[in-house]
Amino acid sequence: MNKLIWLLVAVVGGFAIGGLALHRGESINAMWIVVAAGCVYAIGYRLYSAWIATKVLVLDSTRATPAVRLNNGRDFVPTNRWIVFGHHFAAIAGPGPLIGPTLAAQFGYLPGTLWILVGAVLGGCVQDMTVLFLSTRRNGRSLGQMARDELGPVGGYAAMLGTLVIMVILIAVLGLVVVNAMKHSPWGTSTVFATIPIAVLVGLYMRNIRPGRVLEASVIGVALLLAAVVGGGAVDAHEGLRVIFDLDSVTLAWFVIGYGFIAAVLPVWLLLAPRDYLSTFLKLGTVTLLAIAVIVMRPDIKMPALTQFIDGSGPIFGGGLFPFVFITIACGAISGFHALVSSGTTPKLITDEGDVRLIGYGSMMLESGVAIMAMIAATLLEPGVFFAINSSPGIVGATAEAAVTTISSWGFPVTADQMHALATQMGETTLFARTGGAPSLAVGMASVFSSAFGQGMMALWYHFAIMFEAVFILTTLDAGTRVGRFMLQDALSHIWPKMGQTSWYPSVLISSALIVAGWGYFLYIGVIDPNGGINILWPLFGISNQLLAGIALSICTGILVKQGKVRHAWVTGVPLAWLTIVTTAATWEKVVSDDVRIGFLAAADQTATQLAAGLLPAAQAAVAPQLIFNQRLDAWLAVGLTAILWIVIFDSARVCLRVLRNLPVPPNSEAPAEVVAMKA
Amino acid sequence: MKPEVRKFWDFVRELTTDDAYDMYLARHRATHPDVPALSRRDFYIAEQQRKWSGIQRCC
Repeated sequence: MNKLIWLLVAVVGGFAIGGLALHRGESINAMWIVVAAGCVYAIGYRLYSAWIATKVLVLDSTRATPAVRLNNGRDFVPTNRWIVFGHHFAAIAGPGPLIGPTLAAQFGYLPGTLWILVGAVLGGCVQDMTVLFLSTRRNGRSLGQMARDELGPVGGYAAMLGTLVIMVILIAVLGLVVVNAMKHSPWGTSTVFATIPIAVLVGLYMRNIRPGRVLEASVIGVALLLAAVVGGGAVDAHEGLRVIFDLDSVTLAWFVIGYGFIAAVLPVWLLLAPRDYLSTFLKLGTVTLLAIAVIVMRPDIKMPALTQFIDGSGPIFGGGLFPFVFITIACGAISGFHALVSSGTTPKLITDEGDVRLIGYGSMMLESGVAIMAMIAATLLEPGVFFAINSSPGIVGATAEAAVTTISSWGFPVTADQMHALATQMGETTLFARTGGAPSLAVGMASVFSSAFGQGMMALWYHFAIMFEAVFILTTLDAGTRVGRFMLQDALSHIWPKMGQTSWYPSVLISSALIVAGWGYFLYIGVIDPNGGINILWPLFGISNQLLAGIALSICTGILVKQGKVRHAWVTGVPLAWLTIVTTAATWEKVVSDDVRIGFLAAADQTATQLAAGLLPAAQAAVAPQLIFNQRLDAWLAVGLTAILWIVIFDSARVCLRVLRNLPVPPNSEAPAEVVAMKA
Repeated sequence: MKPEVRKFWDFVRELTTDDAYDMYLARHRATHPDVPALSRRDFYIAEQQRKWSGIQRCC
């Protein structure tokens, strides 16, 4: 009977995927995607994760977890599995799975959707679960520590360096997304600015007025945020105020940079912690609302299954389907960053080792589901509108007429009137060239929400969605800068021990300033780039995130082989091989391609030639030297990142070979087994 | 309050760490009653400091 049900799930899932893949018509209903995803997740969880849990990792519920053995009431606390699941999911789910699928929608709905499903079930979920398991067996050690203990110092340092670089690129690209959502949008800008005093107010409430009352404070904070969305509309309508908040992208970039520095040096309780509570509430609420709205509304997907841009000529980012769809969608399919969260906080809360499957595999599955929702929200827009919002002026032309002509010529009809009407409906002056994914996602979400929960509130829903994305992008920005600062302080302490004192103010200021300068540089360049920095920064971010996943999977594979599980090492080995191919191919193209939209060096050379020949307009000529330098820097960065991955792979392979040849290797660093005290 | 509602409410409080101080106090009294416990405010600040010293949030 049981088998029959799973057979049915498999047949329904196969039918849905087949329907998605073979459909060639005007539009297809989003439920096809929802059903396909549901079936793939069900089978992945019920069959594959169960097999990994029992046969590969051999989860052992009788073995006491660190939370039980080392319970100290603070970081080591045995916690209900669903509570841990909630915390872990809140930690891994950021803005990445919303943005990546939106950008990858330029290839059509099919490639991104398939990669999100297959990548998650066979790659991302497996990585998260395996790292969580390994760290749980090692008292919650971090990925870097595990690499040092089990493989040697090379892997450990590579993991650390990779983490630092990815943090800098990640923050820069997220900053750019926020800037693009706010530029010349008084409503959006004033709302996002208002979230800062609101967070501070909530912070003061939780510290001074009613200490630790998280629920009360968060309810007040969320109510204030909603009021800020409405208030933004009033600002937009006010002649005097709207001018103050009508800012260009360079000014906004400086605001974001200044904000990032201040947020990183302020005490956590004042800004970061309250902002995080608010963003977590908003995130869970909005994602749930979106899922309900999609299922209630069952919208039609207007984007074709595949577009002509699979050849690499896409307007949002240059590069062909392979390897760039796998780079663009990192979070949502497989994200190396999760390995850092899975080794650290979460393992110290797990009560029963058997829960590793639910928490590791299950949370990532849910995050993948969020990415699917984002894909649906992006592809339900008219493709012409989607491309008009997401293409930079350097590609489609600077005026509305030029842009609609170019986009319509691709076979995605759109008119300037249509874009103007849409912008008015959303309470904006224009929606052209709002690259970065957040605005088009907000338009998609606003259309689903307003048709599901009340027409006529389009502008409110749109700005609610912008505020929601900005709030947790800024949380990631704060938290990331702070983590980067700690890592830098740790690294600098080897040179000057005093720098390692995390609360010594000169050290805090210097290291924070260095990290902010790092991402601030990429953000600034991204803003002044006439082709829109997303085209450069998002692939770099994707490469670095997949690279971190590659490092994590190498470490996992190495440890599995050391534990005598060579036969099953393909479980992490196959996703590792795939990511290695993808990141190496993407780096190769980004460096050597002759296409100036893909190759960093080709673009640098072209700009240099144009500059020398005096072909550039004055405004572009002024920034050209910076852009040329940056393109060359990006090329070296991409090569450096991929080199780090290969070093870790070789190091891991070296250890594996020694195991197979019975040569000595670093000892197993698992904490000794202790049997769970028998329950009475 | 009905037991199911109570249970749900406790779950929500634990999920949001709203009950963290109550948990700490209960544990503190049970394990070392002779040591004075942190105040609600000091505990909150210390917890936030600890929580945000590592990688807590992802992309």
